[in-house]
Amino acid sequence: MNMSKSNASPNSPVLTNGSGSAAILAAGIGSFVLAVFACASDKSVAVRNTFVFYKPTGALSGVTTTAIVVWLLAWGILEGRWRNKTVAAGRIVAVAFALLGLSLLLTFPPVVDLF
Amino acid sequence: MEITARALWTLVHGMGFGALYLLACSGALVELYRFTSSSPSPESSAGQQRFLKIYLLSMVVLAWAAVLTGAYVVYPWYRAVPPSGTKDLAMFPQRLLMAGPTTIGWHSLGMEWKEHVAWFVPISITMVAFVFIKYGRDLKNHRQLRIAVLGFAAASFVCAGIAGFCGAMINKYAPVQGGHTIQLSHGEEK
Repeated sequence: MNMSKSNASPNSPVLTNGSGSAAILAAGIGSFVLAVFACASDKSVAVRNTFVFYKPTGALSGVTTTAIVVWLLAWGILEGRWRNKTVAAGRIVAVAFALLGLSLLLTFPPVVDLF
Repeated sequence: MEITARALWTLVHGMGFGALYLLACSGALVELYRFTSSSPSPESSAGQQRFLKIYLLSMVVLAWAAVLTGAYVVYPWYRAVPPSGTKDLAMFPQRLLMAGPTTIGWHSLGMEWKEHVAWFVPISITMVAFVFIKYGRDLKNHRQLRIAVLGFAAASFVCAGIAGFCGAMINKYAPVQGGHTIQLSHGEEK
């Protein structure tokens, strides 16, 4: 992605878009990872058993906890890399929306049943 | 008038956190759009911005409270496995739904969808709140970030709506029951 250091002028935004882009892309990644883990635990008994972190809640506990950890890690890494930079926000936002759209599809049971 | 502890927790999860989040969504969408696309009025902008930050942070708390109480308090009661030979499934909502051909869909589609789609809500609204708190009015100058914030806020509304609708219908056909009974009031005979 095209990145450059901030060069603020009176008419340009006060803040660079890197930090916001990092949060947006991380949200897309977190949602997508959650959907993939949910789909995998639905299809594989071994995966489902691996994700049982808290028995009364079953695999949902591991699917969501792991996805949240991946989301926060992705956010932290992207924030560290892009915090003070101007990035290609248009492409990043498009990727984030695509990941969110795929996540919604992958958590819809009739779509999961196709796999 | 009485309510069981499990029914009360279900009420807190759905009507307390979930419904309140849904109510807050339309206000957040309108305010986010208005705030990040129109010119500020000099005398009220700082106060309005502070109010919207607190409003979004409250939504973040509601969203996390809804999914955490749902997954770790109510869901274990919903998916409890009955001892073999149990005839009355009233205390085992998942098995009660799965036992009937007209209700099984509320589990296989409704709960299977709800239990995952609901988690997109706190992830999305946490991002929305972070970006708004960080940029505030400056979002006006970042068109793509503004579109993403509004898009994810709208997606969180849709996901919360799906989870809320499925939850309400599941609780209608197979309510979570049990636990100790809480007496709310003593009725008087007429």
